[in-house]
Formats: sequence, C-alpha cells, structure tokens
Amino acid sequence: MSGTDKITAAVKPAKHKNGERVNIPLTILLFVGCITILFPLYMTVIIALKSPSEMTNDAMGALSLPKVFSLDNFAEAMRVTDFGHSLLNSVIITGAAIILSLIIHSMAGYVIGRAMSKNKGFKFIYFYIVSGMFVPFAILMMPLVKQTAILGIDNMFGVIILYVVFYMPMNVMLYSGYLKNIPLAMEEAADVDGASTWRTYWTIIFPMMKPMHATVAVLTALGTWNDVMTPLVIMSGSQTTTLPLAQLNFQTQFGTNYNLAFASYLLALIPILIFYIICQKQIIGGIANGAVKG
Amino acid sequence: MKRKISSKMKTYIIMILPALILFVVFNTIPLITGAFYSLTNYRGYGSYDFVGFRNYIDLFQDARVGQSYWFTFKYAIAGTILVNLISLFLAMGLSSKIRCKGFLRGMYFVPNILGGLVVGYIFSFLFTYIIPALGNALNIEFLKNSILASEKYAWIGVLIVGVWQAVAMNTIIYISGLQTIPSDIYEASSIDGANKWQTFTKLTLPMLVPFLSINLVLSTKNMLMVFDQIMSLTKGGPAQSTESISYLIYRNGMDGGQFGFQSANAVVFFVVIVTISVIQMRMTSKKEEQL
Repeated sequence: MSGTDKITAAVKPAKHKNGERVNIPLTILLFVGCITILFPLYMTVIIALKSPSEMTNDAMGALSLPKVFSLDNFAEAMRVTDFGHSLLNSVIITGAAIILSLIIHSMAGYVIGRAMSKNKGFKFIYFYIVSGMFVPFAILMMPLVKQTAILGIDNMFGVIILYVVFYMPMNVMLYSGYLKNIPLAMEEAADVDGASTWRTYWTIIFPMMKPMHATVAVLTALGTWNDVMTPLVIMSGSQTTTLPLAQLNFQTQFGTNYNLAFASYLLALIPILIFYIICQKQIIGGIANGAVKG
Repeated sequence: MKRKISSKMKTYIIMILPALILFVVFNTIPLITGAFYSLTNYRGYGSYDFVGFRNYIDLFQDARVGQSYWFTFKYAIAGTILVNLISLFLAMGLSSKIRCKGFLRGMYFVPNILGGLVVGYIFSFLFTYIIPALGNALNIEFLKNSILASEKYAWIGVLIVGVWQAVAMNTIIYISGLQTIPSDIYEASSIDGANKWQTFTKLTLPMLVPFLSINLVLSTKNMLMVFDQIMSLTKGGPAQSTESISYLIYRNGMDGGQFGFQSANAVVFFVVIVTISVIQMRMTSKKEEQL
C-alpha cells in the first residue's frame, strides 16, 4: 500500500497541496502525543524494577532509572497474587467465552440473518436479543448473584455463561449483518445437492464468516479479559481469582508497598500486551470491521 | 416442497435455541426479578414485604442517589464530548499522509487493551505522588495537592483516566469511517477551491455521521456505566463526590442491605440509559436521512 503510494507520488509530483506529500510536522506531533500513553507505562516499569529504598519523596526518586535492575519484586508479586492460578483462570474464562460465543452467536446470527425478512417470529427474536445491549449490568447484578447461587454456578462456569449472554446482543447483530455479504446462491446450490441446512451451515457458511469470527473474538476477548465486576460479584464466595480480581485483593492487602504493587500491575498487563503485539493487525482490523458492518 | 421447508425450519429453531434459552434465563429473568425486588424492602437476606412504589418515591428524595446522578451525568457528558473531539482529530491525523502510520495507530490503541482497574491504580499513584511532587518542585499551587483528594476536582481526575482509555476505541471507529469516504470526493472539492475547514465541515463530517452515531451511543453508554475507574481511583470519595450510579448500586445493594431500594435505582437507571440511547439514535438517523 505505502509502496504503491510512493510510486504514484514519484510519478506525479505534488498535484494537490494535501495529497501525496508526507506531513512531517503532523508525524512529529503524533509522536509527541504518544508520551501521554508511554509515560504511565514507563513509570510502571521503572517503579516495578526498583527496591523500596530507592523511592524518595520527590518525583525523580520515583521516575529515575533504578541503580540495580532487580526482578525481586516480580517474584514476590507472583507469589502473593498467586499469579499462575489467576492467569490460568483468566485464560480459561476468556477462551471458553470466545469459543462458546463463536458457536452460539454465529448460529443465532445466521438463522436471524436468513429468516428475519420472511418470518416475523425471528424478526421479533432479533430485536428482543439486540435490545439487551442497553440493559446495564447494574440492574442484572443483584438478581444474578442470587440466581447463579441457586443454580450452583456461582463459579467460573457461571461467569463464562454470563459473558456469553452479555456479548450476545452485539455479536448476533454483527453476524446477522455480515451475512448480507454472503450470497444465498451457495446455500441454494448445496440445497439442490441434498445437503441438510445443518451440514451446509457448518461446512460452507461457518467457514465463510471467518472475518466476522475474528471481530467477535477480539471484541469478546477485550471485554472479558479485563472485566472485574462480573467475577467480583459472582465468584465472591469461592477462592477462585482472575487476574483483575487478584489485583483488587492485592491492593487491599499490600497497596502501600508501591514497588511490589507496580510489579503486580505490570504482571497483570504483560499477558494482554504480548497478545496485542502479536495480533495487533487482527485486533485493529477486527474492530474496524465490526464498526463498518455494525 | 412443504416438508423441505419445515425441516429447514426445524434446523433453524434448533440453531437459535441455545442463544434464546441463555438470553431468557440470564438476561430477561434477572431483569424481571430485579423489577420485582424493586417493589419490596428486601435487604438481600431474610424475609421481606411488598412496599409498592415506596422505593421509587424515596429514590427521588435520596440525596446520595441525587449526588450519584449528578456525578455520573457530569462525567458522561464531559467524557463523551472530550472523547469524540479527541478521537476525531486523532483519527484524522492518523489517516493523513504520515510516517510510521502503522506504529502510531498501534500505539494509540494501547490504552484500550489495558484493564480499567490496573490503569486506575497506576494513575492513582501518578495523581497522588508524582504530580504533587512536581507541583512542589515547580511551585505551582494548583498541583501541590492530589486532585483525587479534592471534593471539587476529584471528578476531573476520574474523567482524565476515563477519557485516556476510551479515546482508543472511538479513534479506530473514526479511522474506519474515514476509509469509507472515496478519495475522488476530496479531489472534486479541492478543484472547487474549498479550503481545509470547508472540506472538513461540509464533506468529512457529514460523511462520518453514521460513525459519529455509533461512537456517541457507545461512549455515552460506557461513560454512564463507569465502575472500574471509581473502584480503583476514589472508591466514590471524597465525601461521595465521585460515586457513580453503578458503584452506588454495587456498594449499597450488595453489602449495604439496600437490595430492594437499589433495585429500584437500577430499574430507573435502565430506563434512563434506554431513553438516552434512543434519543441519540433518533437524532443522528435524522441527520443521516438529510444527506
């Protein structure tokens, strides 16, 4: 893309005043703006690497580079937050919520997308589910605590199921919208060949919705990974923690040891940062895709 | 033929059933239960009586609930305006001809992937220690005390963090909106001699209306439901000046023995959010029709 742009720029030199030329002042301005994002992260890393004795009362004491780089804080933070278990639980919850969402929401989105125009019942179901987007968690929270306790799912399983429900309105809307791009001809041909609707869906349609699967996976993952409120109220009785929950518990117990605290913050941020660096293109592309289709 | 359609229909029903059952059980039933409890004096445990609309009447006279609405609306309105202004200009900058475009876009999205709770803790340290230390060093009176300790300005501290995180998502949506505008329109307008401001107001902005609509609804809704930032930055303080509606419902409904009363609060909050979203969508869809 940028390659071809460079070529066109070379072929027809500066035709319009704001078309082809690289805007250097703007680039510099945008790099300067990055400080607002990098500074808090820099501070987190620096403080996490320091020992408490290096922290003085002025700003430089907190922000200067540590004399000795030590990973002691991390080892200690991993121990007190039970990092291994929290990380594993977060991975399980997010992973399971994504897989279930891809299966359940895509099926619902498919049926609604295909049948909504002909069948009033499915149209009603569509608006019924999508209206759930405006139900704040605050109103569901207290009844859900009771309900999950009665059903015996006031645990990780319950949290996973709740995420599948919370992200259903948005995901069903995205899937049924995306279906407009997939021509009916494919299914009609399969129908003539005698394949069942069920089979046609899994062998032809489901694979064709791949770009939307990526979008749904990204949006669901970003929402669930960092969520505190749902596990906080649903799993409060059990000993199970997720990464954000571990941070919350940690803060109430060890919040005053800043070096330790910042090491634990960093530990909580690192998994998603690594994931983001690896899948950056898919994540940003997925969200953009959802915005255009939604 | 008739049989064929009905077997297709059967499959359709089987396919939609898991979603429908889950939605009814974990969205509609709790919603109805919540509305039911809002008519009782239930404390979250023990027995309870029906009190009719008592909770709703009390709600409108409760100073703490009033304060939480004041804070939440102040926060959401200021936040929505700031987030959309910043992200619109950021999106235009990131869509221009610049160097390292991919890197910069990636960078500006980072706040969105970080958890609100941990981000809140980090900013809490920044507000409590770093900025006052700077204020003392540079002798700037305004910065000498932590913004989060001020009853008057603590909400601005929360706002800064909320905006810092929310800008990223809206920027991406605006960038994808800008990509849908065909470049020949810009060429035509520059041939017609339009200046940059005219191009922006007469061309870019109208073309972005659908995306503006998504962003307005999304950011207003998210800002109204603010919770993580309150939990990590102020816990509603000082003197309940930053207590959001969600936080109040959580705190007093779950632990404060006000299950019934806060259920009424939640029902009203739900109605408020739906009303605002509907008004926003009506307004922006009218603008879309005019094009």
